[in-house]
Amino acid sequence: MELFTNQVLAGIATGAIYACMALAVVMIYQAIDHLNFAQGEMAMFSTFISWQMMQWGVPYWGAFILTLALSFAGGIVIERLLFKPLAKAPILTNVAGFIALYGIINSFAGLIWDFTIKQYPTPFGSSPFLGSQLISTHQAGMIGVTVLLLIGLYLFFQFTRIGLAMRAAAALPESARLVGINTSWMIALGWGMAAAIGSIAGMLIAPVVFLEPNMMLGVLIYGFAAAVLGGLTSPLGAVVGGFLVGVFENLAGTYIPVVGNELKLPIALALIITVLVVKPAGLFGRPIVKRV
Amino acid sequence: MSAVQEAAAEAPAIEAVPKRAMTLGIGTSLAILALLLLVPLFVKNFIIFQLTMLLIYALAVLALNILTGGSGQFSLGQSAFYAVGAYTSAILMEHANMNYALTLPIAGLICFAFGFAFGQPALRLSGVYLALATFALATAMPQLLKLGFFEHWTGGVQGLVVTKPDAPFGLPMSQDMWLYYFTLAITIGIYIASVNLLRSRSGRAFMAIRDNEIAASAMGVDVALYKTLAFGVSAGITGVAGGLGAIAVQFVAPDGYTILLSIALFLGMVVGGVGWLPGSIVGSAFIIFVPNIAEGISKGLSGAVFGVLLFLVIFLVPHGARQVAMIAQQLIGKLRN
Repeated sequence: MELFTNQVLAGIATGAIYACMALAVVMIYQAIDHLNFAQGEMAMFSTFISWQMMQWGVPYWGAFILTLALSFAGGIVIERLLFKPLAKAPILTNVAGFIALYGIINSFAGLIWDFTIKQYPTPFGSSPFLGSQLISTHQAGMIGVTVLLLIGLYLFFQFTRIGLAMRAAAALPESARLVGINTSWMIALGWGMAAAIGSIAGMLIAPVVFLEPNMMLGVLIYGFAAAVLGGLTSPLGAVVGGFLVGVFENLAGTYIPVVGNELKLPIALALIITVLVVKPAGLFGRPIVKRV
Repeated sequence: MSAVQEAAAEAPAIEAVPKRAMTLGIGTSLAILALLLLVPLFVKNFIIFQLTMLLIYALAVLALNILTGGSGQFSLGQSAFYAVGAYTSAILMEHANMNYALTLPIAGLICFAFGFAFGQPALRLSGVYLALATFALATAMPQLLKLGFFEHWTGGVQGLVVTKPDAPFGLPMSQDMWLYYFTLAITIGIYIASVNLLRSRSGRAFMAIRDNEIAASAMGVDVALYKTLAFGVSAGITGVAGGLGAIAVQFVAPDGYTILLSIALFLGMVVGGVGWLPGSIVGSAFIIFVPNIAEGISKGLSGAVFGVLLFLVIFLVPHGARQVAMIAQQLIGKLRN
């Protein structure tokens, strides 16, 4: 039983990261109807920036906040420069754009910071949390930061004018424009926020998976799985999906004998395909109606 | 109501390519064929090897082109099919001592079945969802190949070494040159078959689905069958390319077939022009020679160069090599007058 509780808690901790990634993916999907395949690489690059700042002597939380701001700006710049011109292009062109971005960021991170694996500090320490053997302080910190982030986002989207405008722009762009919302900038804002949320996920998971240019690939796939499970059209679904996927991953790794660390990605694949086949709209998404 | 509106306003998967624009005229085809036949006689073995890889990747890009340009479906998972083909050939050659030429149809068939099976869930997916599912397939494949359970056959992380075949009938040819002509023969065969496929009833069904799925089904096209069929054919051709690749490189290992290979093939298709079959060889040349140049400048640079060039292609020549070829044709036409 203790093993079970332990694994569930560990699952919730990694699930928090998947929830962040899924949320970032869903925010961009809501804004432009495309999946950002470079989301993981953007998060990885942000994490490297924060690491570099710490190497230069900036304290952890200072680097954390600065990285958030830089990632936010970076997300907006990427949208304005690269993806705004592609808004009306066919899906293929957009997929190609994301793939290109993936290659560029991955390659540049390797060029600047090398492909060797680096340690990444945690501000929480790794001792047992509150004297309990079930969960480490870093895992508790991951959950804590994510929950704070989610509350903040909820308040932002529910109670601020700009949050309302963003929701309107995502739900019905045409009508939103008619009531005077600048939908184009709302999309850019969505990109900025997605980049910032992704950078939080990157900085929190880096002490666990270690810092290197390919660190986010597995996390991104699980983030996709979470987003698909929750429904790509639902931010709430993405978060719930993230936690579910995290717990599922840990339990499968513990209790199904063949599945160890070496099968993590195939499990995510199986999960994605199962959800897409059984319930393509996900748990909370709305089904898409098609017509000629 | 809002959902319907959104779906109607959705961008098309890819821009429609008319059937005639998919191939080259006979004269140009023969000129290229003559070039491909003669060049290896005058160059070194290493360059012949690179030309062989050029043909092999051209096959893989062609396969993706049939899927995307023909039927309008995406795949970022071609590396998985390529890997299955490569491993099938390698295992049959090394464990069952089978002749290399016989392993290729088997690799093709197995990949066709795999692609057909994977196409089943893909039926319910379109656009970004399909890209996502295949993206996950490509990232998962190296881990599946490393699995301890299959290690006896696959050699696990170490991979398998494949012996390179000699030229048969005592032909006075180096191994590389023989393999080049062998690959060329297969490539030409598959190219002709693909052109004919796209001109056939099935090809028209693919294109009808690509241009408007619902309209196609209303016209009596069995959408489910043709979508999976396109997936299967594409995977089968990729599998043959993978088998040839294993023989040419003489080695298979899980880390040779990562998502980067899928990205490269996708890039090759976009550069060559989506839906333009002869563009496959242009795209393939691009993905073979550009990394060589980029890695020569700095290690790890090829991803960035790929990415930047891909953006340039998207923004400047969205139809890839086809567009360049058409512009060239017009210029020549003007000069003549």
